[in-house]
Amino acid sequence: MSRKLADLQPELAPEPLRRVLEVEGLKTYYRTRLNEKVFAVDGVDFALEEGKALGIAGESGCGKSTLSMSLMGFYFPPLYYGEGSISIGGIDIMKLGKERLRKQILGREIAYIPQAAMNALNPTLKIIRFIEDLMKEHQPKLTKPQVRAMAEERFRTLHLAPEVLDAYPSELSGGMKQRTVIAISTILNPKVLVADEPTSALDVTSQKAVIRLLKELLDKKFIRSLIFITHELPLLYHVTDDIMVMYAGEIVERGTAQQMVFDPVHPYTKRLMGSIIVPEEGMKDHKLSAIPGAPPNLKNVPEGCRFAERCDFAREECRSGKIPMRVEAGRTYRCIFGVDTLKEWYADEEVQR
Amino acid sequence: MKKFSDKDILLAGVGVTKVFGYGKKKKTAVREVDFAFHKGEIISIVGESGSGKTTLAKMLLGLLKETNGRIEYEGAPRRLKGHKERRNYWKDIQAIFQDPFSSFNMFHRVEKLLRDCIALQSLELSKEEERRRMIDACSFVNLKFDELYNKYPFELSGGQMQRLMIARIFMMRPRILIADEPTSMIDACSRSTILDMLMKLREENGMTIIFITHDVGLAYYVSDTLYIMEKGRIVEKGPAERVILQPQHVYTQQLIADVPKIHEEWNLA
Repeated sequence: MSRKLADLQPELAPEPLRRVLEVEGLKTYYRTRLNEKVFAVDGVDFALEEGKALGIAGESGCGKSTLSMSLMGFYFPPLYYGEGSISIGGIDIMKLGKERLRKQILGREIAYIPQAAMNALNPTLKIIRFIEDLMKEHQPKLTKPQVRAMAEERFRTLHLAPEVLDAYPSELSGGMKQRTVIAISTILNPKVLVADEPTSALDVTSQKAVIRLLKELLDKKFIRSLIFITHELPLLYHVTDDIMVMYAGEIVERGTAQQMVFDPVHPYTKRLMGSIIVPEEGMKDHKLSAIPGAPPNLKNVPEGCRFAERCDFAREECRSGKIPMRVEAGRTYRCIFGVDTLKEWYADEEVQR
Repeated sequence: MKKFSDKDILLAGVGVTKVFGYGKKKKTAVREVDFAFHKGEIISIVGESGSGKTTLAKMLLGLLKETNGRIEYEGAPRRLKGHKERRNYWKDIQAIFQDPFSSFNMFHRVEKLLRDCIALQSLELSKEEERRRMIDACSFVNLKFDELYNKYPFELSGGQMQRLMIARIFMMRPRILIADEPTSMIDACSRSTILDMLMKLREENGMTIIFITHDVGLAYYVSDTLYIMEKGRIVEKGPAERVILQPQHVYTQQLIADVPKIHEEWNLA
């Protein structure tokens, strides 16, 4: 599409991909009852380009949901902001005041869909009322019929029945509620949509409908980019362009979906991808990989590599200092060993099996 | 591929039906379902939400009474009239549920929770023997009894609780285990751990495991036989390989097409 346009209008040659979201050195923590700081997001850097979908994967408790909440710039105790910057479209939202953040950023620049989004609907209000409420805050000049016309049009473009607007939440099915919430929260065309496990409470057919909706939002440019969080890896593979794997508050590897699923480099990613189960031929003979032990307690994270304790390839040198991100052979990952060394080890392991 | 003969049938049902409500509000949740579960077989009952799979599971457990049809246990009609009959039945059939938080008595410590399993079996054991069994059960699921015995359920993580539930099954050693969405709340890694443990358990005492799930991939991976349910009916049943790779019924074909796979294209239309 973009190429064709460029041929017709040479002066409108495709610009380099713009970065919609940039996160640098973000640290956020939970404060416990004993006044300890637990860093659930511990120095996260990443950028998201326009039109891209980024997936975040990891075990429960690795900080992926905390990261997604932190991106909003809005913190509720016991979650607190530590340091780092979050820029959306070049504006560092952490420097804005709370009121400006709420009015100008939330919903307009970045929107968030939690896992049980469908429970966010007040059961005593019709769906249209939620949209009217939203518009009253953000575009107070619009009249009710105008809001309604706009909502109807948006619902129609997204292949949702406009009759839904006059329904009460309890009249809708779970999947329909979820899609309605997504449609409402993207009505202001946010640049970034953060979807935290939007499908995990749904069955496969509704899951597919939600994914179709998210893809459509991206294709029609209602949202500029998508951050998708799930622990269902086959789904992540189909929805996203890039996948980022988190472990104990840090990003351990980032790559394209293809690379991450079929050719992981970091030992943790390798194990994570080894636990995929899909209904395909030959799957029954596949040996699942389970990771022994549990992720470290974030109250006192171990020195050195945080995964070392559970890693089959860990050496003495893994357990000291801070392990930086390593860029080698087009791969970005957090390990002290080279791509070739790790690949060799994986091949040996395969033989032993 | 395992073969099961009719001699080994442990739990069977003919025309099992469950109707909720009366008159106009009558809803048939499970409609004339036939099944036969063998000794040592792993069965998955797959269906979407609202297909009646949990209702069926509850009937198998004897928590709900079937409206019509009959369920046979070990070749004879199942009787669950008195307290004694139910107690004997539940020694043989046990269940684990999706939400481990709701399966434990939150006022009891781990030690008491595990000791209850011994009490349920009415075994007369010495203190040391009891303790040894509890330690065995915990080490089977990679938990440390010494660290946990004094804790309340809410002090454990989700994964620990899920494993403690398996430790209880390990102590009870039932002949049939019903696992109702055992892995839908946990991530892929812990899922492999839990599945490994369940498989180990089956190898040790030839237990029959019935998975109730909407996860088609999981059902295919673990089970010998699949039952696909739609709107209260079993629309397709057969060996897992056959049902997943060559589905016959339209609904099964649709269901399998809807699941994201990694080596095949996922058609979103």
